[in-house]
Amino acid sequence: MRPGGTLLEARGLARAFGGLKAVAGVDLDLARGEVHALIGPNGAGKTTLVSLLCGRLLPDAGTIRFEGRDVTRQPAEARVRAGIAYTFQVTSIYPRLRVFDNVALAVQRTGAAHRDAATFAALARVGLEDRAAEPAGTLAYGHQRLLEVAMGLALRPRLLILDEPTQGLSEGEIAAFKGLVREIAATATVLLIEHNMDVVMDLADRITVLELGRTLATGTPAEIRANPAVQAAYLGA
Amino acid sequence: MSARGSLALPVAVLLLLAVLGAVLPAYHATNLARIMVLAVFAMGYNLAFGYAGLLSLGHALFFSAGLYAAGLLAQAGWPGIATLPAGIAAGGALAALVGLLALRTTGVAFMIVTLMFAQAGYLAILYFGAWTRGDEGFTLARAARSLGPLDLAADGPRYAVALILFAIGLLASLALVRSPAGRVLVAVRENPERTRMLGYDPFRARLLALAVSGLYAGGAGAAYGLLFGYVGATFATVQYSVLPLLWVILGGAGTVLGPLVGTAVMFYVVDLAAWVTDATLLVVGVALMALVLFAPRGLLGSLPARALRWLP
Repeated sequence: MRPGGTLLEARGLARAFGGLKAVAGVDLDLARGEVHALIGPNGAGKTTLVSLLCGRLLPDAGTIRFEGRDVTRQPAEARVRAGIAYTFQVTSIYPRLRVFDNVALAVQRTGAAHRDAATFAALARVGLEDRAAEPAGTLAYGHQRLLEVAMGLALRPRLLILDEPTQGLSEGEIAAFKGLVREIAATATVLLIEHNMDVVMDLADRITVLELGRTLATGTPAEIRANPAVQAAYLGA
Repeated sequence: MSARGSLALPVAVLLLLAVLGAVLPAYHATNLARIMVLAVFAMGYNLAFGYAGLLSLGHALFFSAGLYAAGLLAQAGWPGIATLPAGIAAGGALAALVGLLALRTTGVAFMIVTLMFAQAGYLAILYFGAWTRGDEGFTLARAARSLGPLDLAADGPRYAVALILFAIGLLASLALVRSPAGRVLVAVRENPERTRMLGYDPFRARLLALAVSGLYAGGAGAAYGLLFGYVGATFATVQYSVLPLLWVILGGAGTVLGPLVGTAVMFYVVDLAAWVTDATLLVVGVALMALVLFAPRGLLGSLPARALRWLP
């Protein structure tokens, strides 16, 4: 299901921290329904870029349009309501609340009529429905990451931004996670920051490579693999 | 799920308080009326501190706003049916106003900013001594202390009004913390950045908590003045910002009945200590150190029945 069209369009985004230009003039287009991977060496500006997209940071320059509307100056919570969900690079859940309550807070934001049913549905998609009554802080790390994805899903976003979701997961968990992302992609656009190249090459419809805050290349996995500049800078082949 | 909880315990506590009002000797009944009014103050503080995680050191300002609004208007001849709501509104409005400015800060800065606002309020009361009578304060004539047909200076009506006010405060705070808005307060306390990224505005949630907290403080202040007949600047000092914090910590922050328990225990600790020594604050200090050492989550918060401090 790919209705086509552009969901998000960023132009000339820039953000500096003191003298460090973390993002220095990046254009990015996300097509509706695609899985778009963002790769690049550490410090390339990936997390800063997605923080600009979801509103955790405001840009020094540039514009962001989401669903055709300018959201550049919108605060993060308004963008979440407009349909941009973000899962943190460093897992951010409510450890002292039950797993159920973590997800129910996201469901509540959507105004869903059947809060409990919608909460269990989101938990079921990541396989945590049996853990609903446990305090979230007692879950294993991999399960906490899945809980965070469930919170993102429960927001029923049009764009789900996953910031290094497979970091710290076991091989088996990564395989299951790839299946989950494919499922999510049926109903939402996914922007994926990822270091694991197998995951990226498997999942991504398109890939954007960042280096030193700039776009080095954008294209399909095959194009990126064949790109000499990317090979030199990043893939090391 | 269990977050909806039952009303059995709070209703049982209210019934117990009603029975105690009928059977206790006058001295203790008056004490208990005082405790219930102060517990309303503590319940409001608990909404801001226990649920929304706002450590305010400025609640004396909201309490004294209600106290003076009701007291000055009563002195000017307004009936209790108007002065009590005026006190509630004064506390809530002032808390919302302070919140708009102070909630731009968090943590220690928030404590300092709220403390400064409260000190400014205290100094303003002294400055306008011509009306407020400053430190000395003023007593309310019996004629000014009525609520409809009730004479608030008489033991029976005083206890009844204190109980009704406490009951309204208790049930309203239960309703709030079990509502969707109440869940967001806890979420903001537990992880503000995550809550923002679920689409909630933490500033709005905190402002709501502080404003409602101010309504409680203003209502308690107004009731205190009308029921016990004295209005004075002592109630605007920093001591009355710290006391609700202590009552809430003692009873158990983030529990609905904790404020009542904490206020009652502290009240009687001071009362009993006064039989032995003039240094009652020393006894309070020792009690608090024991609390921090042996029951850091307060008397109710330390009950083992609950693994989670989600809701009461």
